[in-house]
Amino acid sequence: MSLLEIRNLKVEFDTAKGPFKALDGVDYTVDAGEVLAIVGESGSGKSVAMLATMGLLPNTATITADKMEFEGLDLRTLSAKERRRVIGKDISMIFQEPIASLNPCFTIGFQLSETLKTHMGMKGRQARDRVVEILTSVGIPNPAERLSAFPHQMSGGQCQRVMIAMAISCAPKLLIADEPTTALDVTIQKQILDLLVQLQQDSGMGLIMITHDMGVVAETADRVIVQYKGRKMEEADVLSLFENPKSPYTKALLSALPENATGKRLPTVSDFAEAGGF
Amino acid sequence: MADDVILKVRDLYRTYDIKGGMFKKASTLTAVKGVNLDVERGTTLAVVGESGCGKSTLARMLTMIDAQTSGLIEIDGLSIDISKTGISKEMRQKVQIVFQNPYGSLNPRQKIGHVLEEPLLLNTDMPSAERRDLALQMLEKVGLQPEHYGRYPHMFSGGQRQRIAIARAIMMKPKLLVLDEPVSALDLSVQAQILNLLADLQEEMGLTYVFISHDLSVVRYIADKVMVMYFGEVVEYGTRDEVFENPQHDYTKTLFAATPRADVASIRKRLAAKAA
Repeated sequence: MSLLEIRNLKVEFDTAKGPFKALDGVDYTVDAGEVLAIVGESGSGKSVAMLATMGLLPNTATITADKMEFEGLDLRTLSAKERRRVIGKDISMIFQEPIASLNPCFTIGFQLSETLKTHMGMKGRQARDRVVEILTSVGIPNPAERLSAFPHQMSGGQCQRVMIAMAISCAPKLLIADEPTTALDVTIQKQILDLLVQLQQDSGMGLIMITHDMGVVAETADRVIVQYKGRKMEEADVLSLFENPKSPYTKALLSALPENATGKRLPTVSDFAEAGGF
Repeated sequence: MADDVILKVRDLYRTYDIKGGMFKKASTLTAVKGVNLDVERGTTLAVVGESGCGKSTLARMLTMIDAQTSGLIEIDGLSIDISKTGISKEMRQKVQIVFQNPYGSLNPRQKIGHVLEEPLLLNTDMPSAERRDLALQMLEKVGLQPEHYGRYPHMFSGGQRQRIAIARAIMMKPKLLVLDEPVSALDLSVQAQILNLLADLQEEMGLTYVFISHDLSVVRYIADKVMVMYFGEVVEYGTRDEVFENPQHDYTKTLFAATPRADVASIRKRLAAKAA
């Protein structure tokens, strides 16, 4: 059985101009211990799909799916209370803007122990020790001293480490990372990606990487889903996707990479759109 | 050859004073330490480095937003030190800038036509009909339509806005264009379109670019010369091939090692290492 299995997911938003289809019948499956990358441009619905899974979309969104199961648990019919027991514990998520996702008014020690208190029923000393332990595992120097630090006292890369620490603190079975390194420098990006992959391999959790960066895909993924305008263009394992892309959109995307440039001009996706018909 | 150098910078410093508080002594932070560079007409210099390395401070000094603490900046034979001489209209026409975030750099209440005409309004005595003509020509040049003249920024996508920002920057027909991370906020396919546009404009108008970026694959594609900065200092400076093929400084090597590789051989290697 797959860890997460979603069939025919559709998401529509009510807008002043009528319904807008953000996702049009996409399937996702993730197994335990697998790294799935979802790639696409802005507006391709890559984040919407995972926000729908987490139940984080606003109520202007209409979500329908033939199947939406996490470990056999039907996510469509969960009550808000039941959902809170799963979200943040068994499924957790990391967002793009690390500094904006932490509460500026509380110390990181407080924010981290909050998760442990809610989901694991830990208290005082026990929670504190566990927080120090997790901060050590994500590579924060002097973790015991950093507990009383506020988010603004830390750099972007360190805040992202704290976010990762928070996400893995309850040993989730599935971790969803939504553009986790987009706001970071290349050298820091490398450290964060290495950390995520290391944690994933050590714990055997499923990892979903949402990204628009083909470099990040190449460095982390086992399997890749390419999305465009709310539809799935291609699904393949990472090697065959780069070696032998099937869909014309994937081909277009790969040839727009500056490192693949052969001539003076870069081919653009619109050059391919007419020929490929997507 | 010497008269071909359009931008000359010698021993450039910029320091910022950090105010002391009740428990903290006042100190100074040196954001740019002794930078030297020459850029020849019609070429592209890429400036690479991580956040906080001083690359944007350098851009601010080149575009006369900030004054240098000491050192020489010469653009097209004109020496620039705004703390002493102020800025003349002549200086403004030499250099323009395009910023990273096309959502933040356009006034949401200003129509695109007015965005483009404003530099002319401020710096020249051109009559309004002529300004309008020029703005319309410029829209076409950057791949937009004449009917976009009367629209507002929110009606455009990120890539289109970046085209508008580029159009505004070249309205004054500058000699030097400073591009501060112009494509890092854009999607891959839109990034390719903007890079193509920049290449076309450079060829057509003989523009010189100072291209600030942290994305090495873009730099490798667009640059003639590359400068790597680290904590305010230049640690590597040379032609693109020199820097990419034979990096000297440890930081440059770290930077190259950290850049994600999207070629089949590297993926194979990673998968093999994982299986082992």
